[in-house]
Amino acid sequence: MSTAPPDAEELERRVGEFLAAHDPSAGEPLEFLRARFDAGLAWVHYPEGLGGLGAPRSLQPAVDRAFAEAGAPTNHPERNGIGLGMAAPTILAFGTDEQKRRFLRPLWTGEEVWCQLFSEPGAGSDLAALGTRAVRDGDAWTVNGQKVWTSMAHEARWAILVTRTDPDVPKHRGMTYFVCDMTAPGVEVRPLRQITGEAEFNEVFLTDVRIPDEHRLGEVGQGWQVSTTTLMNERVAIGGARSPREGGMIGVVAALWRDRPELRTPDLHDALLRAWVETEAARLTGERLRQQLTAGQPGPEGSGAKLAFAKINQEVSGLELELLGEDGLRYDDWTMRRPAEVDFTRRSPGYRYLRAKGNSIEGGTSEILRNIIAERVLGLPGEIRVDKDVPWKDLPK
Amino acid sequence: MSDLLYSEIENDLRASVREVLDDKAPWTAVLAGTEKAEPYDAALWRAVAGQLGCAGLPVPEDLGGAGATWRETAVVMEELGRSTAPVPFLGSAVTATAALLAAGERDLLGRLASGGTIAVLAVPFSTAPGDGTPEVRAADGAVTGEVTSVADGMAAEVFLVPADGGLYAVDAADARRTAVTSLDMTRRLADVAFSGAPARLVAEGPDAVRAALLTGAAMLASEQLGLAERCLDDTVAYVKTRYQFGRPVGSYQGLKHRLADLWTSITQARAVARYAASCVASGALAGGSGGSPPQAGHGHDDTAVAVAVAQAHCSAVAVKAAEECVQMHGGIGFTWEHPAHLFLKRAKADSIALGTPGRHRAALAGLADLPPA
Ligand SMILES: Cc1cc2nc3c(=O)[nH]c(=O)nc-3n(C[C@H](O)[C@H](O)[C@H](O)COP(=O)(O)OP(=O)(O)OC[C@H]3O[C@@H](n4cnc5c(N)ncnc54)[C@H](O)[C@@H]3O)c2cc1C
Repeated sequence: MSTAPPDAEELERRVGEFLAAHDPSAGEPLEFLRARFDAGLAWVHYPEGLGGLGAPRSLQPAVDRAFAEAGAPTNHPERNGIGLGMAAPTILAFGTDEQKRRFLRPLWTGEEVWCQLFSEPGAGSDLAALGTRAVRDGDAWTVNGQKVWTSMAHEARWAILVTRTDPDVPKHRGMTYFVCDMTAPGVEVRPLRQITGEAEFNEVFLTDVRIPDEHRLGEVGQGWQVSTTTLMNERVAIGGARSPREGGMIGVVAALWRDRPELRTPDLHDALLRAWVETEAARLTGERLRQQLTAGQPGPEGSGAKLAFAKINQEVSGLELELLGEDGLRYDDWTMRRPAEVDFTRRSPGYRYLRAKGNSIEGGTSEILRNIIAERVLGLPGEIRVDKDVPWKDLPK
Repeated sequence: MSDLLYSEIENDLRASVREVLDDKAPWTAVLAGTEKAEPYDAALWRAVAGQLGCAGLPVPEDLGGAGATWRETAVVMEELGRSTAPVPFLGSAVTATAALLAAGERDLLGRLASGGTIAVLAVPFSTAPGDGTPEVRAADGAVTGEVTSVADGMAAEVFLVPADGGLYAVDAADARRTAVTSLDMTRRLADVAFSGAPARLVAEGPDAVRAALLTGAAMLASEQLGLAERCLDDTVAYVKTRYQFGRPVGSYQGLKHRLADLWTSITQARAVARYAASCVASGALAGGSGGSPPQAGHGHDDTAVAVAVAQAHCSAVAVKAAEECVQMHGGIGFTWEHPAHLFLKRAKADSIALGTPGRHRAALAGLADLPPA
């Protein structure tokens, strides 16, 4: 059973074999994706039987490329970022065998989209202050509370959910983590319109929602530890994506600069070159981060990568509007919609400028990331914690 | 994509260089040296260049070098930057060596590789790759002209002088040198005049000079990286122990967040400096120009872009790190008896050396097809 994990060559062979047996252009896309999962070629670093082969994570891009080149159906990762980037690694780390078997396959194939029920009106950066209550009731839990800023809740079949199960102990200790069925009675999703006019995110009201105990992830009271795994994966997912030179926002502005000489001014030229250098530096830093991960020397650069990503996106999208001058005064569409994915390039410059403002808030604000770097990387003294030893129920709210 | 990490050999090399520098170039010694008449620390030079063999790293073994690459040299540069070591390494073991390698010269190269001879390219230290060089005339085996602000000009035993489109080797004894009171006294400048100084032609055309400046700029990025890291390390250590208002000053967010930002910029500096070092280590130094943005790692040479990005970024990061170092030390950081000013002067001088960030951005405008207004 436990042979050595496949190397690049062996993976290439298996992909070839798989493609020979499953015509990528004929048949049901979903059947193809399920078969790819079952062959261990979904995410090769996952264990055998769960869509992977225990191979090094660095070999995944080559596998994805081979499937893309063969014109194989895609699982549309852009529609399930929270599922793939956050729920899956958390389930893998803390789930029971039964949970892994039940959830990972339809998550990866895209049949089931996931959302993240973490933030609450009273608990954002201070996630551990959350107050959504889960009370044990036989072999199930009854959940009441309100979540907010829940991206794609309107598309989601499942959610990762953190709750308060013990209000009598300090906040970090009394939390429990669940998988929540978004179709369960008592789950109400209302759109929250955002700065761009549309509603990617929602408020989610949970009223007497029953969650079976077998949908608990991790131990009772272990919710903070489980959440931390989710959040760490979130930051790697946001800052660590591979990109070619002039990939992303800078490419859009560079193309505009080349196409529209009449817009050029000396100060914008300087700003553009500064942003180009900064983007390239961030890109190479991401590349180095991945090399470190592959070489098994995980560095703390991930939190810096997310910080830099937000800053650059905001700078460059602002630059684009300024460069456009008069056209920068126009917006494409303020209509309230509920999109199924976020795409920076398909909408207008004004949209990009506004949407980028969320980059320094979502997934940990830039201020919180600076605290994390200062304390965990540089070893500087922690923030003063007035709430550390206070039972959650006695905290000022 | 090139390897942006450090190999085990490179880590070992770093450890031995740091050991020597900790022993022979603590900041107190570096500071004392700035007020001495000797233009550089000869004993330290012998230890680093000769005994450790660092001067000959990129030179092939059959030419008297170690047969390693510029990647290893870059690691040495990081360590030298960390300590603001007053040795003519950048001038002799990097820039002059790169010129001779590009020129296919063998004799002088071997002497530089052993650290036995110090040679320096006779151009103002502010010259960027691609810039013109001062007007020096060559005729009948002799050169005539003046060159100002030559880094390590007083340490040089041989000058490599760009003159009339060629590159000439001139014995330093045949030049008239004036020591310059320099912003960075750990790397002193000299004004150099040649009047009919006997000269030997080393290379025709501008390629050797261009290769020298490009390599110098790439290696300078690693020096800046090392310097910036030193500033961050010293500052973090200080703010943990300095108490005001009953708390370490490093517990205040006003400082913590700036240090976090600095750390983030330094992680980027490491990535771009490693990339530039890899490019000069593997590349022919032709340097593509024009066309759409050159794609990294797509076959053709990306050195010119890599070096410009590294210089534009690392210059700014090192200056920022040194400025924050001064500020976060408060009054003590403003005194002569503290190393912060050594870092600041080196960082600011480095940001002008081999082209300012703005000059390198202007180069990128051409390389990445982002023409000016
Ligand atoms: C586009 C978008 C999508 C999102 N999607 C989701 C989702 O799917 N699921 C989900 O659960 N959440 C989601 N969020 C919520 C997000 O995680 C929170 O908004 C974020 O954690 C900040 O919390 P908050 O909004 O309560 O702000 P607060 O925490 O109230 O912060 C207000 C300000 O105070 C600063 N601040 C707070 N604490 C400190 C401190 N200790 N030191 C210094 N400064 C501090 C913050 O940086 C910020 O500037 C999303 C947010 C956005 C913008």
